Amino acid sequence: MVDIPNADELIQIDRTPGKESWMDVPPDLSEGRFCYPAKPKTLEYLGLPNARVWSPSDEDWQLPPDWQKIVHEGFKERLDKYRSLKVFMDICVRCGACADKCHYYIGSGDPKNMPVLRAELLRSIYRNDFTMAGKILGRIAGARKLTPQVIKEWFSYFYQCTECRRCSVYCPYGIDTAEITMMARELLNLLGLNINWIKDPVANCSRTGNHLGIQPQNMVEIIDFFCDDIEEITGVRPNPTFNRKGAEVLFITPSGDAFADPGTYTYMGYLMLFEAIGLDYTISTYASEGGNFGLFTSSDMMKKINAKMYHEAERLGVKWILGGECGHMWRVINQYMDTMNGPTGPKMEIPKSPITGTVFKNAASTKMVHIAEFTADLIRNGKLNLKPGRNDHLKVTYHDSCNPARAMGMLDEPRYVLQNVCNNFYEMPENTIREQTFCCGSGSGLNTEEIMELRMRGGLPRANAVKHVHDKYGVNMLSCVCAIDRAVLPPLMDYWVPGVSVTGLHELVGNALVLDGEHERETNLRFEPLENAEGADE
Amino acid sequence: MSDKLKVLAGLLVLAVLITLPFWLNAGKSGAAPEIVIAEAAKKAGNCVESKEWMAANHMALLDQWRDVVVREGKHIYVSESGQEFNMSLSSGENSCLGCHTSTAEFCDSCHDYTGVGTLYCWECHIDPSKENK
Amino acid sequence: MNQHLLYSLAAVLVLGLIGYAGGSGMPYLFGVIIPYAAMVLFFAGFAMRMLGWVKSPVPFRIPTTCGQQQSFSWIQHSKYDNPSNKRDVLVRMLLEIFLFRSLFRNTKNEIREGKVVYNLEIWLWLFGLIFHYSFLVVLVRHLRFFLEPIPALLKVVEMLDGILQIGLPGILLSGFLLLGAALFLFARRILIPQVRYISLTADYFPVLLIASIAGTGILMRYVAKVDIFTVKQMTMSLATFSPVVPEGIGGLFYAHFFLVCVLFAYFPFSKLMHSGGIFLSPTRNMANNSRAVRHINPWNPKLKFVTYADYEDEFREKMIEAGLPVEKKE
Repeated sequence: MVDIPNADELIQIDRTPGKESWMDVPPDLSEGRFCYPAKPKTLEYLGLPNARVWSPSDEDWQLPPDWQKIVHEGFKERLDKYRSLKVFMDICVRCGACADKCHYYIGSGDPKNMPVLRAELLRSIYRNDFTMAGKILGRIAGARKLTPQVIKEWFSYFYQCTECRRCSVYCPYGIDTAEITMMARELLNLLGLNINWIKDPVANCSRTGNHLGIQPQNMVEIIDFFCDDIEEITGVRPNPTFNRKGAEVLFITPSGDAFADPGTYTYMGYLMLFEAIGLDYTISTYASEGGNFGLFTSSDMMKKINAKMYHEAERLGVKWILGGECGHMWRVINQYMDTMNGPTGPKMEIPKSPITGTVFKNAASTKMVHIAEFTADLIRNGKLNLKPGRNDHLKVTYHDSCNPARAMGMLDEPRYVLQNVCNNFYEMPENTIREQTFCCGSGSGLNTEEIMELRMRGGLPRANAVKHVHDKYGVNMLSCVCAIDRAVLPPLMDYWVPGVSVTGLHELVGNALVLDGEHERETNLRFEPLENAEGADE
Repeated sequence: MSDKLKVLAGLLVLAVLITLPFWLNAGKSGAAPEIVIAEAAKKAGNCVESKEWMAANHMALLDQWRDVVVREGKHIYVSESGQEFNMSLSSGENSCLGCHTSTAEFCDSCHDYTGVGTLYCWECHIDPSKENK
Repeated sequence: MNQHLLYSLAAVLVLGLIGYAGGSGMPYLFGVIIPYAAMVLFFAGFAMRMLGWVKSPVPFRIPTTCGQQQSFSWIQHSKYDNPSNKRDVLVRMLLEIFLFRSLFRNTKNEIREGKVVYNLEIWLWLFGLIFHYSFLVVLVRHLRFFLEPIPALLKVVEMLDGILQIGLPGILLSGFLLLGAALFLFARRILIPQVRYISLTADYFPVLLIASIAGTGILMRYVAKVDIFTVKQMTMSLATFSPVVPEGIGGLFYAHFFLVCVLFAYFPFSKLMHSGGIFLSPTRNMANNSRAVRHINPWNPKLKFVTYADYEDEFREKMIEAGLPVEKKE
């Protein structure tokens, strides 16, 4: 592992581009600047091409012999399949409005992290291969030949994009770099260029049903542990069921929340909520992953991984699916799932909250509801007994995850929940929240240790906004609705804003929620003592 | 409606816009007006400057005359060829309209045809050709 | 100087000179054949590009949602930034096309004393808007060369454009605004290091071309005047498909005219096609209703995935041991 400079040094960022044309600048592929490649065994399991042992720092990447043809054909195929790609290749005017909207550019100053230039990495090859001007005029027309260095550059920079879509908010034509990065990663995958941090979860998910490779018996054990803890804290033991046929609702959440703090507390919050309202639900050990690292690989892989949700819902005969807090999971559910794997089986119905009777018309076809929507509706209808005072020791701010914000627009539901479960809520500056929210810096499969410096750079704008409310209001808790956030924001906070912890929305719900028959709580879900908090709002 | 049909409809609109002049001109001659040189002008033989120069630059010359007459009180213009002229638009025989006796035929027909904007000469000056009628 | 800028300057200069010289040498070519060819190329090229784009399907519903989704009745829906039906998408598109809604959000950030700060950045939006609208007015005004009689509406446009009544011939604002905005866009391209770094020949060339067109137009109207009576005779002959090329139109006119032809001919093969492309941008022209209404992907592949049966086969023993229900007991 390469050492990271301290925060004061890292923030000295020079944005002056070099004198040379960007086409001639080779990518920096030294240790610490790239994600480790996928293992041959993983690629073989997934049936992906060119499995081999290699490193991005190697001179020779052992590309397949006809690699140029593969890229050309692959590019052509995708231009024919995706209007987005075709239009986005052609209409950019390079106005530069997107340039300083990218968190990686803000944090690194590397001109190739400007969304426009990231797209140009691909466009230059597009022009060379598919436009008359590019074929005849070459560089004058902004075209260049596909060389191994171009491939290396793609690998470097398309794994420095978290597909967060912030640039596309400002683009006058809506050019979405996420779309371009997705295509570029598909092309790289055709050559066997992929990263372990994405491919391992994908392989795990295929086999065990979840990214972390948790096997059925372990999943049951883990959740049993959570129930033990809840019982100890509240005196009430939730009784979740697994793979139960005939349940009304199937609950699916990212496996990350079953695995590591602080996501585990969020999971406990879910269990407590379901217990409090007596929801007829079940958890599947097979469809045990809300997230979908297939999204960061290819549309085919995304579809295969996502297919389990409806497949399992059908088998269990549930009426609808309730989805937990996760960012990219909801991009897949909102924008891809129904198209890819729908329509749903005949047993499923338009989601209707059994507690409030509210019909979720906006999920009429997918039949999947976000838990923040579900909980907001419960609170609105007065179905939850809440003591927000128990969260009074917290000064909370809220980080909109990229995907629920910019690929769905779920902005006010979680805020409504927050305002009902805690008394001290402060917004970060408006340029950094809602549709303008900044990525955690580690999304789209880049939450791996070996690129820690890059992650700290990418997370700078987010962290800086947290620092602002930390300094101004004493904010000490950063809430979010994303499992990747819960995994990566803690180190980001430790680096840039020490003193701020990270929580999922439903951990706060769990702490504020009063269960029937519970005893007086002495600690919160983290087993931290509650100082006078219990009686605070009585 | 499929996207292709929408695009075709859009292209049809574009085609109509591009060929708009053709459609709007249809059934009209569109011919340029005949320039009528009045008898008095024919008799004079030449204008203050060459015909070609006058066609393109008369407005600038009149503008310049106005300033010279009103601000400096001078009334004589010496042309390129050294000939002297009285700087006046509309007073008497020794003025622009002294030769070009009909503003309707000489000024307005071209101005209307080329659409160069409404003449505002007559906000101050009297147009003798209209006054007489 | 950077080569993209150099090529563009040289190209515009050479093209202008070709037009200037061509007018006196080969007036029929430059006055009739090239203009018609340019228009045909413009339309055919534009149509080809648009139809080429729609040939590719839109497999997924991927709007960029820039506001609150449609949710409960008690949560304010941001209808036009996150539309959920066709009508609101239409409004969103109109706002994009006529007011550059997204660009209006633009900000500029810098890191100052350890803080990322965001400043208002209205200039690109403002000059972009001025550029496009003044271009539109200039274009509409020029219809007076192609229509006889001139419709009253055009006269109103021209009257408004010259409302300041400065000088003789009176100053028409749109031409100067167009030149000014084009020069602004050019200047920011060379002055902002990041924008200079990303700029290609294809960026400098059109803006310089348009600036030159505006410049030669202004020259003809205010400085080196041409006899527009003769010009209109020629343009009318083109508009009525009975081309004649009158004598005595200056080289400056042909330089202007030829540059316009180049612009039209170049248009479909350049980034200027953003004018057509914006209508087809899937992140803007789709409703965010994919949870309520299923979107169809015409090439949706059938793929083999790990089914529950496969899963149970792999983990059956462990599942039974953990007390989980299974489909097959042995």
